[in-house]
Amino acid sequence: MSYVTHADLGGRDGYGAVTPEPEGELFHAGWEPRALALTLAMGATGSWNIDAARAARETLPDYADLSYYEIWLGGLEKLMVERGQVHADELKAGHSLHPAVPVTRVLKADQVAAALAKGAPTERVAASPALFKPGQRVHTRAEARDHHTRLPGYLLEKTGTIERVLGAHIFADAHARGLGENPHWLYTVVFDAAELWGADAPSHHRVSFDAWEPYLEAA
Amino acid sequence: MSHDHHHEHHDDHSELDENELRVRALESVLTAKGYIDPAALDLLIDTYKTKIGPRNGARVVAKAWTDAAYRARLLHDATAAIAELGYSGRQGEHMIAVENTPALHNVVVCTLCSCYPWPVLGLPPTWYKSAPYRSRVVKDPRGVLADFGVTLPGGTEIRVWDSTAEVRYLVIPQRPAGTGSLSESELAALVTRDSMIGTGLVATTPAIPAP
Repeated sequence: MSYVTHADLGGRDGYGAVTPEPEGELFHAGWEPRALALTLAMGATGSWNIDAARAARETLPDYADLSYYEIWLGGLEKLMVERGQVHADELKAGHSLHPAVPVTRVLKADQVAAALAKGAPTERVAASPALFKPGQRVHTRAEARDHHTRLPGYLLEKTGTIERVLGAHIFADAHARGLGENPHWLYTVVFDAAELWGADAPSHHRVSFDAWEPYLEAA
Repeated sequence: MSHDHHHEHHDDHSELDENELRVRALESVLTAKGYIDPAALDLLIDTYKTKIGPRNGARVVAKAWTDAAYRARLLHDATAAIAELGYSGRQGEHMIAVENTPALHNVVVCTLCSCYPWPVLGLPPTWYKSAPYRSRVVKDPRGVLADFGVTLPGGTEIRVWDSTAEVRYLVIPQRPAGTGSLSESELAALVTRDSMIGTGLVATTPAIPAP
């Protein structure tokens, strides 16, 4: 496997307690809001899609040691260096040393509100009918993939129930790799905790995720 | 601040300064190359600091508590019902509202990254994006709730929603008893961010101090 994600954390032990935080606390350093805004503004240029951005972040070798906005910053620099939009010597120097690679669009201040309100819906017209119906039992596929995927490791090779059909959506696995939108049906699939964590798991506990059809087969 | 105190935090400061310089360098280069409009950056930050945050979601919840027809629309098509109140777009393009009851408690997570319903809750808190929450809430939700000081009755079913695609989930918490006389805006003031993620319950004390 050449693709390694460091972000697939569900069900892993040893990370300790959760530290709650007051509602108004959005940032913890002055550079964090700038890192957020740079990421959103560069995302709006259309140079990559959100799935490619997630792939860039989750494959950062030092992911586990980085704070959230350090991960965003690392992902952003990586995406731009890959595209020749910036170069390592420029990041070090703090000024432009090489010609720009023109972007398709630049997010202007007067476009911000409309761009945020519009977002980027991922639902598409389906090319074929949905294979599964609510109530149907399904298996998740057994093997890991050598690329970005949204099937978490803790849900590999498990049996659950289709709860809801969510429409056909851009398929993250293809989209992240530049293979187009390749829309597939998306489902909410629900599992008993005992299926995921063994017979000792507490009762009255269920977990669901949103699964594209290629993640599933009929049980 | 004493010298000793300052000295203790020297390492933290160096690290912050490093990131500060890194972000300034990046912004300078991107601006010079014409990829970004610095005024747009200011507006993006201001939007998530002052306009798009959990008070939006609290309005949705309070309306659902007081208006049965709205509640029905919210549960049927949350994206449209939330848009009725003027909230839509980035990271909330496909919304589902899940309702807590005495028998069922919903909790939302994104184990793979930090997917979160921005139009109604704003930017996610640090804990939502952190390894302890993402790793543990799918396996030990009652333990995680205990970290938030929340204990549910033993018979309550816990449902954890892992946001693995572009659907975003908003929890409609239970309306606290004894609030029958409160107005919609008074109710909204009780609704906490955490209660709309599922890591908190709504109490009869305001979520935010009165202005």
